[in-house]
Amino acid sequence: MSLAERTHLHAKPPASAALTPDASAWSIAQNPAPWAVAVILLIMPLLANGFFLIEIFGTTLILGTVALSLMFLAGYGGMVSLMQLTIAGFAGYMVAVLGVSGSAKISLGWPWWLATPMALALATGFGTLGGALAVRTEGIYTIMITLAIGAAFYYFTNQNWAIFNGHTGLNTIATPQFWGVDWRADIPFYYVTLGVAALCYFAVVYVSRAPFGLALQGVRDNPRRMAALGFHVNAHRIAAYALASLIAGLGGVLQVWNYRQISPGSVAVERCIDILIIAVVGGITRPVGAFIGAFIFVILRTFALDVLVQLGLDGNRFRLLIGLGFLAVVFWSSDGVVGLWEHWRRRSAPSSYRGGAHHG
Amino acid sequence: MVRRSSVLIAIGTIMLSTTAFAQQQKIKVGVTATLEGTYTVLGEDGIRGFQTALNVLGKTVGDKELEFVIASTDATPDSAVRAVRKLIEQDKVQILLSPLSGDEGIAVKNFAKTHPELTFVNAASGAQETTYVDPAPNFFRYNMDGAQWQVGLGKYAYETKGYRKIATVGEDYSFIYTQVFGLVLEFCGAGGQVTNRQWVPLGTKDFASVIAALPDDVDAIYLGLGGADAVNFLNQYQQAGGKAHLMGGSIMIDQTILSSKGSAKNALIGTIAASGQADTWDDPGWQKFVKAYQDAFPPNKRFPSPSLLATNYYDSTMALILALRQVNGDLSDNQAKLKDALAKIEIDAPNGKIKLDSNRQAIGTNFVTEVVDDGKGALFSKVVKVIPNVNQTLGYDPAVFAKIGLPSRTVPECKKY
Repeated sequence: MSLAERTHLHAKPPASAALTPDASAWSIAQNPAPWAVAVILLIMPLLANGFFLIEIFGTTLILGTVALSLMFLAGYGGMVSLMQLTIAGFAGYMVAVLGVSGSAKISLGWPWWLATPMALALATGFGTLGGALAVRTEGIYTIMITLAIGAAFYYFTNQNWAIFNGHTGLNTIATPQFWGVDWRADIPFYYVTLGVAALCYFAVVYVSRAPFGLALQGVRDNPRRMAALGFHVNAHRIAAYALASLIAGLGGVLQVWNYRQISPGSVAVERCIDILIIAVVGGITRPVGAFIGAFIFVILRTFALDVLVQLGLDGNRFRLLIGLGFLAVVFWSSDGVVGLWEHWRRRSAPSSYRGGAHHG
Repeated sequence: MVRRSSVLIAIGTIMLSTTAFAQQQKIKVGVTATLEGTYTVLGEDGIRGFQTALNVLGKTVGDKELEFVIASTDATPDSAVRAVRKLIEQDKVQILLSPLSGDEGIAVKNFAKTHPELTFVNAASGAQETTYVDPAPNFFRYNMDGAQWQVGLGKYAYETKGYRKIATVGEDYSFIYTQVFGLVLEFCGAGGQVTNRQWVPLGTKDFASVIAALPDDVDAIYLGLGGADAVNFLNQYQQAGGKAHLMGGSIMIDQTILSSKGSAKNALIGTIAASGQADTWDDPGWQKFVKAYQDAFPPNKRFPSPSLLATNYYDSTMALILALRQVNGDLSDNQAKLKDALAKIEIDAPNGKIKLDSNRQAIGTNFVTEVVDDGKGALFSKVVKVIPNVNQTLGYDPAVFAKIGLPSRTVPECKKY
C-alpha cells in the first residue's frame, strides 16, 4: 500500500530525531515559531470571538485531535486506520446515551462526570477491539477492515432506533456546568478544547519518545526483527490502537458538546475520509500536522462557497474547490504542509537544523 | 491627552452610529436548502419558490431592505445545525428561514431554543415531532406536517379505489414515518389492512432486495420516497417488471419526480396520492402562483409546475415578509412584535388559507390527487378532493391523538383509534 509505505519512508527522520532528544528545540530563541503559536492560541479569545473562536479554531482543535489519533497510528505505527472518526462518534453517542439528551426514552440521564469517563472507556474498548481485528492485516487490508468497521457503524446507527435513535440521532445533549461556569459558553469551551488538544498533542509527542513509542516505531519499520528481539509485535500495535482510541474518543466527546447533537451524518463514511484527508494534507509524520491539516480543512469547508460566489461562479461547485486545494497540497508535497514547511526551513537555514525535531 | 481621548470618542461614536444605521437599513435573513445529496433537486426547487416569493412580494419592508444569505445542507440534522450556526454566527442573520427536511427540522427546532432572541420560520420540513413535541416558542411552521399531507388518501383508497390490503415502502426517517402515520391511521380506520412496512435508508441506490420482498397479495403499494431515491426505485421497479397499483407520498407524487427524465416515471400514471398541493388545481390564486413561478425561470431551469418544496418555501417567505410588514420591520425587544405577528398571521397562500395553532403549526388545506398524462408526455397531479382546515391532530381529539404515540417504524398500529 503506497500510503503506508510512504509514511514508512518519510517517518524515518522524526524517528531518528526522537532517538536523540534535543533540548534546544524547546528554547524560545532557537525555535520561536511554536512559542508564538502557543501564545496566539492562548490569547485567541481576545483576537477572535463567536464564530471564529468556536467554528474555526474550536473545530480545528477538535478535528485535529481526531486526526492526531490517526497520525499516531499511521506515522508511528504504520497502520492507516479509517475508523478513528467512528471511535470519536461512538464516544459522542455514548455521551448522549449515558448522559442527558432531548430523547428521554433513550438517554440514561447520568451526570456528565460519570457519563463522560464511561463514554471514553467504552470508546477505548470499542477502538481496541477494532484494532485487535485490524492488526492481523497489513497495508491496504488494514484500511479496508477499518473502513468496513466505520461503514458498518454508520449503517447501524442509521437504522437502530433503540440506542442510536436512527436517522434523527440524539438532540439537545446536555453539556457540563459546574463551578458556576457554563463550559459550553464560547470562551470556556475554547479553553477546554485547547486544553484537551494540547494534552493529546504532548501525550503523543511524549509517547513517541518513550520506550513504548520507540518500540512501536521499530515495529513499524521492521516487525520481523522486532519479533526476533523478543517484542510482542501485535500487543504493541493493539496498545497503540488503545491510546489512539482514547484520543479519538476525547475528540468525539468535544464534538458532541460542541454541536449538542449527534446523528448518523456525523459518523458517515465521508467524514471518516475527511479525517484521512486532514492527516495527509497536514503531514502524517508529525503530530502538529494533524492540526495544520484540520485548520486548512475547516477554512476550505467554511469559506469555499463564499469565495466561489464572490468570484461570480456557481456556488454549488464549492466541493470542487476543496478537492483542488487538497490536490494541490498533496501534489506539491507528498508529506503534507509540514513537509513543505520543513523543506523551506532547510533551504533558508541549511546549516542549523538537519532533521531537527520541530515539534509544535 | 484630553483632546486625544475626545477624538477617540468622536471616532467611536461615528462608528457606532454607522453600524446602527446599517442595521436599520437592512434585515438579514438566513435561508437553508438541501443543495447537496439525495434531496438536491428538492432544495433547488425550494430556492426557486423562495425567489418567486421575492419577485411577487418585493424585498422591502417599510424603508428597510431584506438581505438574504443562503446556506447548503444535505438533509442530515448535523449539516442543518452547522449551516444555521454559520448563518447566525458568521453572517449575523436575525431571522432564519430553515430547514427543508424532516430530521433537519427536529434538530433546528431544538437549536432554536438556544437562540430565543431570534426568529425561526420553518422553510419546508414536515416531521410531526418538530412542532408537536416540546415545541420551541420562536419556531413557526407554515406548512403542514407529513401526516396532515396524507389526510384523505386512506379513505379515498379504501372507498373509491376499493383497496383492502396495502404494503408500504418508505425512507427510514422522521418525515416518512409521519406520512405513513397519517396514511395508516386513516386507511386502517376505514377498515383496510397494512400488511408490510419496509424501511430503506435515505440515499439507497440499490432497491433490488426491497423490490424482491414486495408482497404479491396486496391491492396496492404505497411509496414514501423522495428525490434520487424515488427515481432509482422507479427505474429498478420498472426493470423488474413491477405492475402493482401504486400510492404515493407527498414528495413521491411531486414535480421533482413527475418531471424526471426517462420513462420509469410512467409507472406512476394513475397513482393516487395526497399532498399540500395539486398541480392542476383551478383556484385562481394557485394559477397565479404557477404563472409567477413559470415566468421567473426559463423552462429548462425549472419544473413545468412548482413542486411541493417550491410552494412551501413560497408560503414561508410570504408569511415572513407579510408579518415583517405588519410590524414595519420592528425587531426590537428580541423581535417580540414580529413573533407575535407571525403567530397570529393568516395568509392567503396559493395552496389555500394557512393559519397557525397554539404550537405555531400550520392548519391548512390538503389535496387528494391522481397522476395524469397531459397528452404531451408531461405528468401532473390532478385534484380529486380538496380538504380544508386540516389540523395537526388530524381531526382527532387531542387526548386520543396523544395516545396513538409518535410516528415511528411501527407506530401507529393498524387499527381504529
